[in-house]
Amino acid sequence: MGNVIIFMAVAVLTVVVIGYTLALAKKPAEAAKRGAVIAGVVAAVLIVLGLYLGLVWAPTERMMGDSYRIMYIHFPSWVGTAAGYLVAFIASIAYLRTRDQGYDYVAASAAEIGLLFNATGLVTGALWGRPTWGVYWTWDPRLTTTAIMAITFAGYLVLRAFIEDPEARARVSSLVAIVGFVNVPIVYFSVRWWRTLHQVQSSPETVDSPMVWALRTMMVAFLFLFLYLLISRYMLARIRGEEELEAVRLEVASE
Amino acid sequence: MSGDVRRAMALLHKDLLTERRSKASFNAMAFFAAMVLFIFSFALGPDSPNMTAGEGQTLLQYLWPGLLWVAIFFTGVLALGRSFQVEMESGGMEALRIYPGDKKAVFAGKLAANLVTLAAMELILIPVSAILYNIDLWTKIPALMGIMFMGSLGFAAVGTFYAALTANLRARDVMLPVLVFPVLVPIVVAAVKATTLIVRGDPMGEMWTWIRIMLLIDIVLLTVCTLTFEFAIED
Repeated sequence: MGNVIIFMAVAVLTVVVIGYTLALAKKPAEAAKRGAVIAGVVAAVLIVLGLYLGLVWAPTERMMGDSYRIMYIHFPSWVGTAAGYLVAFIASIAYLRTRDQGYDYVAASAAEIGLLFNATGLVTGALWGRPTWGVYWTWDPRLTTTAIMAITFAGYLVLRAFIEDPEARARVSSLVAIVGFVNVPIVYFSVRWWRTLHQVQSSPETVDSPMVWALRTMMVAFLFLFLYLLISRYMLARIRGEEELEAVRLEVASE
Repeated sequence: MSGDVRRAMALLHKDLLTERRSKASFNAMAFFAAMVLFIFSFALGPDSPNMTAGEGQTLLQYLWPGLLWVAIFFTGVLALGRSFQVEMESGGMEALRIYPGDKKAVFAGKLAANLVTLAAMELILIPVSAILYNIDLWTKIPALMGIMFMGSLGFAAVGTFYAALTANLRARDVMLPVLVFPVLVPIVVAAVKATTLIVRGDPMGEMWTWIRIMLLIDIVLLTVCTLTFEFAIED
């Protein structure tokens, strides 16, 4: 029963965070800045708390020793990755429907932050895999899928750098984000038919409860970290975008 | 509906006619494909009889399904990258955009033209590679054709879609493979696996699973690309 309540709370929190990021496109700069400060403070407090719980309070794992503690960064990174790509996907659809540049800023920022967490997850995973599985890398479905995701959204960001016209860039890159995101489950299921080595996700029942609480704290902390980074990156994208539009306007005016 | 079919057919006819008269991209592709096959045998050879992978198979024979598909994808991405070049250079993109009717017809026409080009290339690539690597395919031709078609269909769908997206990009030649190949991963996995099962036999009866996976991939990719294509060729 307790688990159900926690699960619901996390789900609601996730939906609120994602909804907030999408609403950014319509928010005035002041409100967005205030949001960034709040999210940043909450993230900092929770990360300090979560690291204390994870590194000090939680017991050493029987099989893996202390090396398992990297999971307090590894798992939460995937929360940030999933949130980032999901927001990029939804914002891309919203852009194509509304043609509001704000959604393009949200999508680009979310893809970038998602890629950051994705890279963190891959690196911590490789570091964890070496002592636990004996290899840095294996062609497991989840590993392969996350690597392909990283390549897809790295391609997305590279593509954006090559297009000068803001509207064409927003349109083309949102299509790339949509197709790339839809492809993720297909990659997962097609690679799944290969030999699999990855541990099945531990359900809370198989993990000691201090570990669960430390992990939950870190996951929520990373969700807020994601929010903080995203709002900050979004504000930057907006300033750059407005500058770009201003330059276009000046060019048109001088002709 | 019939109007859209007619429009798609007209576009297909136009593209094939241009290709038949210039033969530019087909010739380049055929030579590139042959070159890729040679490079593989240099990179993985020399193919001496004592170096075997599995019973009675040389390394190249063992790897043939994978090498074949890599050659198809590398060569194909060059061809697909050119699928909107004629229009770009002659200003025909505007014409495609103001074409009456659904933009899905434009996608269907371009896709069909690309499929024919890919099929023509595969018709050269498969026998030549089978001869070079010494693989007996005679009894397996019908099954192989089915797999080739399904693999090429997904490839052409994604390729045509991204070719339209990147058509007026400065770094088109770099960006197209960068964008296409991550999306192609499921097709690579399924197509290579299915081709391997055809060549090496299917003792576990896995073939049907891979065919279903490929069909699913094709359907998803075709649907997404068709539905969003009208945004891809906007200006």
